[in-house]
Amino acid sequence: MTEHDIVIIGGGPAGLAAAVAAKKAGITDILILERESCLGGILNQCIHNGFGLHTFKEELTGPEYAARYIEMAESENIPYKLNTMVLDISKDKEVTVINREDGLSTIKAKAIILAMGCRERPRGALNIPGYRPAGIYSAGTAQRLMNIEGFSVGKEVVILGSGDIGLIMARRMTLEGAKVKVVAELMPYSGGLKRNIVQCLDDYGIPLKLSHTVINIEGKDRVTGITLAQVDENRKPIPGTEEYYSCDTLLLSVGLIPENELSRGAGVRMSQVTSGPVVGDQLETSSEGIFACGNVLHVHDLVDYVSEEAALAGTSAAAYVKAACEKKAAHTVELSAENGVRYTVPQMIDLENMEDKVTVRFRVADVYKDRFISVYYDDVRVSHKKKKVLAPGEMEQVVLKKDSFKDYPELKRIVVCTEVE
Amino acid sequence: MMEMNYDAAIIGGGVVGCAIARELARYDLSICVIEREEDVCSGTSKANSAIVHAGFDATPGSLKARFNVEGNRMMGELSEELDFSMIQNGSLVLCFSEEDIPALKKLYEKGIKNGVTGLSILSGDEVRAMEPNVTETVVAALYAPTGGIVCPFGLTIGLAENACDNGVEFLFNTEVKVIEKTEKGYDLKTGEGTIHASYVINAAGVYADVFHNMVSEKKIHITVRKGDYCLLDKEAGTHVSHTIFQLPGKMGKGVLVTPTVHGNLLIGPSATDVEDKEGVNTDAKDLSDIMEKAVWGVKNIPFRQTITSFSGLRAHEAGDDFILGEVSDAAGFFNAAGIESPGLTSAPAIGVYIADLVAEKAKASRKENFKTTRKGILDPQKLSFEKRAELIKKDPRYGTIICRCEGVSEGEIVDAITRTLGAVSLDGIKRRVRAGMGRCQAGFCAPRTMEILARETDRTMEDICKNRPGSNIVTGHK
Repeated sequence: MTEHDIVIIGGGPAGLAAAVAAKKAGITDILILERESCLGGILNQCIHNGFGLHTFKEELTGPEYAARYIEMAESENIPYKLNTMVLDISKDKEVTVINREDGLSTIKAKAIILAMGCRERPRGALNIPGYRPAGIYSAGTAQRLMNIEGFSVGKEVVILGSGDIGLIMARRMTLEGAKVKVVAELMPYSGGLKRNIVQCLDDYGIPLKLSHTVINIEGKDRVTGITLAQVDENRKPIPGTEEYYSCDTLLLSVGLIPENELSRGAGVRMSQVTSGPVVGDQLETSSEGIFACGNVLHVHDLVDYVSEEAALAGTSAAAYVKAACEKKAAHTVELSAENGVRYTVPQMIDLENMEDKVTVRFRVADVYKDRFISVYYDDVRVSHKKKKVLAPGEMEQVVLKKDSFKDYPELKRIVVCTEVE
Repeated sequence: MMEMNYDAAIIGGGVVGCAIARELARYDLSICVIEREEDVCSGTSKANSAIVHAGFDATPGSLKARFNVEGNRMMGELSEELDFSMIQNGSLVLCFSEEDIPALKKLYEKGIKNGVTGLSILSGDEVRAMEPNVTETVVAALYAPTGGIVCPFGLTIGLAENACDNGVEFLFNTEVKVIEKTEKGYDLKTGEGTIHASYVINAAGVYADVFHNMVSEKKIHITVRKGDYCLLDKEAGTHVSHTIFQLPGKMGKGVLVTPTVHGNLLIGPSATDVEDKEGVNTDAKDLSDIMEKAVWGVKNIPFRQTITSFSGLRAHEAGDDFILGEVSDAAGFFNAAGIESPGLTSAPAIGVYIADLVAEKAKASRKENFKTTRKGILDPQKLSFEKRAELIKKDPRYGTIICRCEGVSEGEIVDAITRTLGAVSLDGIKRRVRAGMGRCQAGFCAPRTMEILARETDRTMEDICKNRPGSNIVTGHK
């Protein structure tokens, strides 16, 4: 068994940013474990631009953004293992790892950073009825086949789901000469960023049908067509609204699920809402010394926020290792998401040991216009900010400063909510 | 066009055709299995409840009753010989009302008559003690400890590989279009040429009536009965440990809830008669029906963890029993028709029965060198840490995980492709080693599995199909 101070599971944007931050915080014995054959994660297949506006103040493609962090990790001499899959994380931070070179081995870590990302929800999760022919892809699979492997995956396309990957693939397939006939969205609003609706659909004249879903898939060998229908407020198809589209390809962009199988194995407490671990302001999970960041913690819309969050996980893990893993006295307060706020990350703040400020990220449950985002310390409203539009597709945040808690020594609960007035 | 001669030609590479092939391979005969798809286990055998029925359901004296009980008894030994997964987890038939208890007792008595051992009737509380997620509405249940679950792919492929290892030839992508009686036997005209066979065994599933009716004046009719299923993530797999049936009662015919041998939870099937013999499309109403019915007996089923839904076809014959044996007005033509539930359980016994009939008719003698065993694809996850580490040292391909959800390595996928009757399609690989069968449903591994398949079979990525020709995954190279 080998030993390392910090083992980072995942060499995507989260894992890399966490590694760089941990190194800068003074920990030299770091190991990144990546299951793919190169670092960078899903960014490598995101060849469109728009990455890095916050972090680097310029527009990069996914591979370019990834390359910046890969360079940082390499110039910091942070070791990593590629084509290496973690099979198990035990409660006492033993990581079972498999690859061709080392075979099966166990690594003992003082601290672990979970940065495994997320996966796409498959067709089955929606129980879309019909045949099961070739030509049905999750948008990310099609993206990989097109952008990394260089194949075309279809000529006439219908896309279900208006998450960002679906929107971006609508443009991508159009640029590759395919005809994208329609993007259907079950919800009355898009799940993706507004800018992607404009740049990927509107600019190419691709219609977006809100409150619509696929109610049938035809084709015994390859997809030959699909039927869309409008749905009512209970998301049930409305008879008489059926519309048939001939196509050879159906792309699904119907939601991302954090990949937390390993976290569960490690006994980490999970949130039902985010499908990621419950974390405190240092991004530590309920298992001491195990931290989480990036899309494995909660699904982000911008990689810039992933990097920022991951850097916090990296410095927190470094601090944990340096403090010889000892537990400090704490005054932990729970964050409560209410009235249209679906969840917060972190879910807890340790007022005793927190940094000068904590960024609390969250998503709202529906599209709201002219609403306030409010923060309450117990019953006192401490912040009240008006937003013209709030949408589930766009992540929101509030920043809580340490000195704002000075006047609340007995604080029991922090509420983040939306308010009409 | 090819022209081929065999002593015996089996139409259909499903579990029944493969079972017959394997048993017939014990005799000195030249045998072929003709399969219209690209692989065995591509029709009814691939999409069903995967249950080893105890045998209390069928009418005493029926062929279904006889072969079910025989098949159940054979399955354990067969699973060892052919190295496929089977678990005798026991089954429960839930009864929801006091009024229905006489019907439950009738089922018990039928079971006794059919020769099912170990049956008992449990009270609602006894059932809930065994299965904490069984609902409060259950008043009693029939417990059958001999009930089990099986990997239907492993069973069918195991039979096929063993048959092949014993000299049976498999002709894929070959569809029988016409059967003509000849002096010596039958001519089977396929799209690929003509197969002359002295004996024909009809194990064509939902198409069995078509072939029977080509040679016999006594027509039969197979009704295609479609059943939709939901398959839940492995996280839901321990929700129940027994196979839970529901006694047909006031609310109608229930559905089953069962763990699978791979640790998933399976719910279904519905029952809808359809015209299309390839109508495996799922239906929104059928899917919601089975979910509604499942919760009569089992509470808190985490439907949110559904990873796929699918539909299977049952070959229901009007007489409601299996049709087995030589056709009275077509000498040398043998039927294994109308094999609906409990067909999977019965298949091993049907295999022996039909093979013996054919061998007797052909006056064939037994081979001396029949290989009874077949080694399954090595599953490294079943090895100890040390053994698995050793394996990777010897063959590093076992150290590369391709399907992350199911933990399937490159070594296993290569084995699935290169062994006897190896997989030629993504579905073929999926059924052999479960790559793509997990919670992401091949989202991550499909491109990598395709690459391995293309490499090992010397084809291009564009040639790789999901299953039969025409189901190509990518449409071109840029």
